[in-house]
Amino acid sequence: MKQDPSNRANQFVSLKAALFVSILLFIFAVGASAFRKDAPVKEVSLNIINRDSTESVKAFETVYKTLMSPRCMNCHPAGNVPLQGDDSHLHAMAPKRGVEGKGVSAMKCSNCHQETNTPGLHMPPGNPEWHLPPATMKMVFEGKSAHELAEQLMDKKKNGNKDIKKLIEHADDGLVLAGWNPGEGRTLPPVTHAEFKKAWITWLQTGAYAPKK
Amino acid sequence: MAKITLNINKKEYPMEADPQMPLLWAIRDLAGLKGTKYGCGVAQCGACVVHLDGEAVRSCVTKVSRAAGKQVVTIEGLSETNSHPAQLAWQEIDVPQCGYCHSGQIMSAAVLLREKPDPTDQDIDDAMAGNICRCGTYLRIRKAIHLAADMQKKTTTKG
Repeated sequence: MKQDPSNRANQFVSLKAALFVSILLFIFAVGASAFRKDAPVKEVSLNIINRDSTESVKAFETVYKTLMSPRCMNCHPAGNVPLQGDDSHLHAMAPKRGVEGKGVSAMKCSNCHQETNTPGLHMPPGNPEWHLPPATMKMVFEGKSAHELAEQLMDKKKNGNKDIKKLIEHADDGLVLAGWNPGEGRTLPPVTHAEFKKAWITWLQTGAYAPKK
Repeated sequence: MAKITLNINKKEYPMEADPQMPLLWAIRDLAGLKGTKYGCGVAQCGACVVHLDGEAVRSCVTKVSRAAGKQVVTIEGLSETNSHPAQLAWQEIDVPQCGYCHSGQIMSAAVLLREKPDPTDQDIDDAMAGNICRCGTYLRIRKAIHLAADMQKKTTTKG
């Protein structure tokens, strides 16, 4: 079939017009969104997130059982007194959290907790940074369901404004690592630090999905 | 063993000691200052409290190495003439019964009074919960701390 040359010219003009209108619309849309006060700001993360809710929730099972073990949970109490022992009882002498999480006046953590574990059974474990989360960011583990804990860990208002990168780095924080060097007579978390870290990163990089319960 | 010099009550004490040794032994046995007491040895009772750069540390679990280069203050050095408000109040109220725990009690109270010059009962409980008294002088301790706070206020006002 032969086409009418005038029709071809009309088609070319309409294509040009369509392209022009599209560019105009694009510029207008970009400009309009830039001036919208409530425009959502999407964060650009360099981490590759491969969303996979099944793998994510599965990885969180390991994360959850680790964080709820006494070596982690004892310093993330629901109240303002740390917990102690494998039964997570209230710390003897009831030392208080204080504003910075480092205790109060004559009862500061470092008054007893040295930079390293003090040798012997029932002696204070040690770390240079020994403290609870501060009063403004309590990061409670005690009593939380897996769903609640996952939501809390990802909530920047509750996690010390940590993004995925900072959360991943936190797995190697000195006090986190101290959980695997708890001092004489204290049980270790249920998995190794390497296994925990692998599960932690997997959970975060597959979308940090919260379990249903 | 290592050569270590401790500054205790503004005086230098050169000594040979294992850096891992509890500060309490250095204070009592090497410096000869017997006012600080050994109670439990596991940081549970507070009888051994001294000030390390102003903090109420338990000298039974504090290593000598941690104290090197810092200011250690024991009950003997809290004031030159036993005139710290806590010491005066302790005498006024006649707080001790057997007295064994009270150097530690007073050293803890001194930190509380510095950080909270007008402590409430709750502040006192929070600060002193780690100092055990088997004679049960807790009510007198609380009363003495309130009195010391009043004395301190008057001194500050006069000064």
